[in-house]
Amino acid sequence: MCRLAAITSNIYFSPMENILALETMKEGHDGSGLGLTLKDLGGNFAELKGYPILSGICSKKGAKTLDDFMDKAGFKLKEIWAPKIKPVKGITQRDHYFARVYDYPTSYKNKPMREKEDLLMNIRLTLRKMGEPDESIFAFSFYPDVITLKEVGDPLQLAEFFGLDRENIKAKIILAQGRQNTNYAIYLYACHPFFIQGYCSMTNGENTAFVPIREFLMSRGFPGYIGYNSDSEVFTHILHYTVRQLGFPLTYYKDVITPLKESEIEQREDREALKLIKQSLRPLCIDGPNVVIGFTPDGSCFMVHDAKKLRPGVVGGVKGKFALMSEECGLDSAIPKRDKSKDIFPMKYDTVIVKPHAEEVKVWNQLQN
Amino acid sequence: MEPASKLDHNHQLSLKELPYIVRWKDHRCTRCGRCTAVCPVKAIEASVKVKRVVYSEGPVPTPIAGRKIVHVVEQVTDIERYCTGCGTCTLVCPNDAIEPEYNLQNKFMHYKNRGGEGYKRGGRRNDPSISTLDRLKFTRISMLTDPALDAGRHEFRVRTLLGRILPSDELPLKKMNGKLVVDKESDKFIPPVREIFPIMIGSMSVGALSPPMWEGLAMGVAYLNEVEGLPVVMCTGEGGVPPRLLKSRFLKYIIIQIASGYFGWDEIIHAIPHMVEDPAAIEIKYGQGAKPGDGGLLMAQKVLKLIASIRGVPQFVDLASPPTHQTKYSIEEAVAKMIQSMSMTWGFRVPVYPKISGTKTARAVLNNLARNPYAAALSIDGEDGGTGAAYNVSIDKMGHPIASNLRECYLDLVRQGKQNELPLIAAGGVGKKGNLAANAAALIMLGASAVSIGKYTLQATANCLGDEYNRCNICNTGKCPRGITTQDPKLYRRLDSDKVAERVVEVFKAANVELKKIFAPMGRSTELPIGMSDGLSIDDKAMADRLEISYAC
Repeated sequence: MCRLAAITSNIYFSPMENILALETMKEGHDGSGLGLTLKDLGGNFAELKGYPILSGICSKKGAKTLDDFMDKAGFKLKEIWAPKIKPVKGITQRDHYFARVYDYPTSYKNKPMREKEDLLMNIRLTLRKMGEPDESIFAFSFYPDVITLKEVGDPLQLAEFFGLDRENIKAKIILAQGRQNTNYAIYLYACHPFFIQGYCSMTNGENTAFVPIREFLMSRGFPGYIGYNSDSEVFTHILHYTVRQLGFPLTYYKDVITPLKESEIEQREDREALKLIKQSLRPLCIDGPNVVIGFTPDGSCFMVHDAKKLRPGVVGGVKGKFALMSEECGLDSAIPKRDKSKDIFPMKYDTVIVKPHAEEVKVWNQLQN
Repeated sequence: MEPASKLDHNHQLSLKELPYIVRWKDHRCTRCGRCTAVCPVKAIEASVKVKRVVYSEGPVPTPIAGRKIVHVVEQVTDIERYCTGCGTCTLVCPNDAIEPEYNLQNKFMHYKNRGGEGYKRGGRRNDPSISTLDRLKFTRISMLTDPALDAGRHEFRVRTLLGRILPSDELPLKKMNGKLVVDKESDKFIPPVREIFPIMIGSMSVGALSPPMWEGLAMGVAYLNEVEGLPVVMCTGEGGVPPRLLKSRFLKYIIIQIASGYFGWDEIIHAIPHMVEDPAAIEIKYGQGAKPGDGGLLMAQKVLKLIASIRGVPQFVDLASPPTHQTKYSIEEAVAKMIQSMSMTWGFRVPVYPKISGTKTARAVLNNLARNPYAAALSIDGEDGGTGAAYNVSIDKMGHPIASNLRECYLDLVRQGKQNELPLIAAGGVGKKGNLAANAAALIMLGASAVSIGKYTLQATANCLGDEYNRCNICNTGKCPRGITTQDPKLYRRLDSDKVAERVVEVFKAANVELKKIFAPMGRSTELPIGMSDGLSIDDKAMADRLEISYAC
């Protein structure tokens, strides 16, 4: 099982807050991997919001390949950020951990964002493909204003390893996941959160419907739907498919992964549309046990459960700062000063959505839409 | 002088050549004559024999040889009257005096071609070995990392969709106030889709089946739908529909089949203005698992008044359906136009799909259908499918096993991204050994949206005597001893349609529970686990590779 800690705020904060929440929630061996995705970046990155950031890890050989490739692709390096590594026992250090800020190739500068997103994704996928056989390059995300850090180890030790307590790296939305892998191999690409074109999610639990969902996604003809070293990666891609590709409002994500019964659909105003969606996206239905926490490009954060609520999850906070956690002690660690009576434990029909800049939190009930 | 052949019986068969040898116990037999009267093939007959007996009278043993007239029940060795092993004699015997016994050494097939006619029969492929479906195991059990679901507590939806499903990126939807609504201005055709129970009763015609059998099935299906809330549908087979059913509200549980003989379609078309419900679907039969590439035949002796009127033909004539639809000459004609015409007949409100026999060419048909937006499904009937009448060689040797045929079709759809758009219905050997739910679940996980059962239904609901050792299998003759596949009132009055209906209900209710018992431990309950191939394993590496599933031993 995994621990999930997401925080969204209207002011910049350190990922240490997430790490400490993970530490509070830790049970047993959570050393299968830590993943951090930071969005709406502060510090030096606050000035570079329009430029895509490539996050990843590479070997010395990979660094050279990467530079050559990016150069050829027409991307101009603007800035490099790398964590100051402090060796920690038990964590095998790799050569380069990086977040490299690039400027778009000239031909893309004035292109619409959708086209830029496709370019960035394809570059990331090519790098992944190039580096995967010899593990010389890992590329986790390539998108403006987003950084991803991943490594195998205990979350707190990794925080020390990356020097997150010392670094001046901050953001307004941070998703963190501490992993105790179950089914699939320990591997960097299996670490949550998963990111694709502005959509990001992390998941707790396993996905028994993984294979049909993976087959459905991979056969959409969209190059980004690959990977699946973890059964949870499909949740991110379903999100992306539902909201970006099909253009559905975020609340329909719940209708896709946990569709209502026929009798329940009848109560909904949009029943006609819902019936068609349920049929057409039937293979994307999950059976849990899962809780999904994620964000969309506009900065909304959300939490949803499988329809049987077989995994815990809680959302709480104050105006301007909310946390979405897999357990309440994590929430206590992140935002101790809050009205606990207002904590939200989403139930089977609920999607909890925290608006951009943590302005307010809303619970959307699937039955009532 | 008598020729030697007459004296030494050289041209007669011995009992050893026959598939079943009747074991008759002289000491138990009361000579009541029920067995000889009931035998559907007259394989046994009462006979009078002179018997040499040695007896002794008086206080001192003084053996005397004498002659005695005895009455016996004797099996004949005439190949046309071979014992089929049905065991009806045993059923009626009040004293356990008679029983047919399977004869492993038989050379029946060497002789069953008298008059230059190949052996014809009904039933299933005679293959008692364990089928691929029965070798598939469900090996991905949710345990601790993901809790198993509770078949008794969690909500289960064991349902499937029959009908063409629109691809998600072609849905005619638009956003309005943050909600999705169907765009009424769009001229996108939204195909009809039915939500049904994933096990359906396959095509068996009125005519092939006796009136009480067909009625029992139809009553059971109606009860399942209306009382039990289990949306089971059944297919008529080619042979029309009883007129009252055509005009009743129960028609919605019926899939009407059209095949190459078009039997009954004049009556069906004329009944359309009087229909109060649309049928569940229309099945266009191009092939059948039991006799691929061969036509249908209802023999004259089965074409009695009722059948003649339902089918719109004269009485007592052989009703042959040609192997193919004679008016069509290409796949586009045969499939596209027929689907189009049938759809149009019901105003595009009824799913129309073809049924083919399992074949290496199934993928070609599939790809044609995948491009046809009106094709509602593809039903593939594997080699283990049953029939009312066919040449033995067709039943035994022709056709393709369903497991790999279905799997390759499903994976073909996956490659095209159409696995959810065109449902695959798998048939042929489902429940062959009685494992209905397990076979159905295995096919679903290999990629079937639904499965279809025929022979299993007859066995489970009406005690059909047939088995994989060629027992009985005389469905074609109209002499079915159970009254299932006959039009002879003397025979079919043995069958109680209410009992059949009761059994239909029991069979489907049990299958529903068993499906949940399979899906729950695998962590699936909300949607049917179509294509969840990671849940399956098989104990043969080559089969595992072919089916693209894991090997477990």
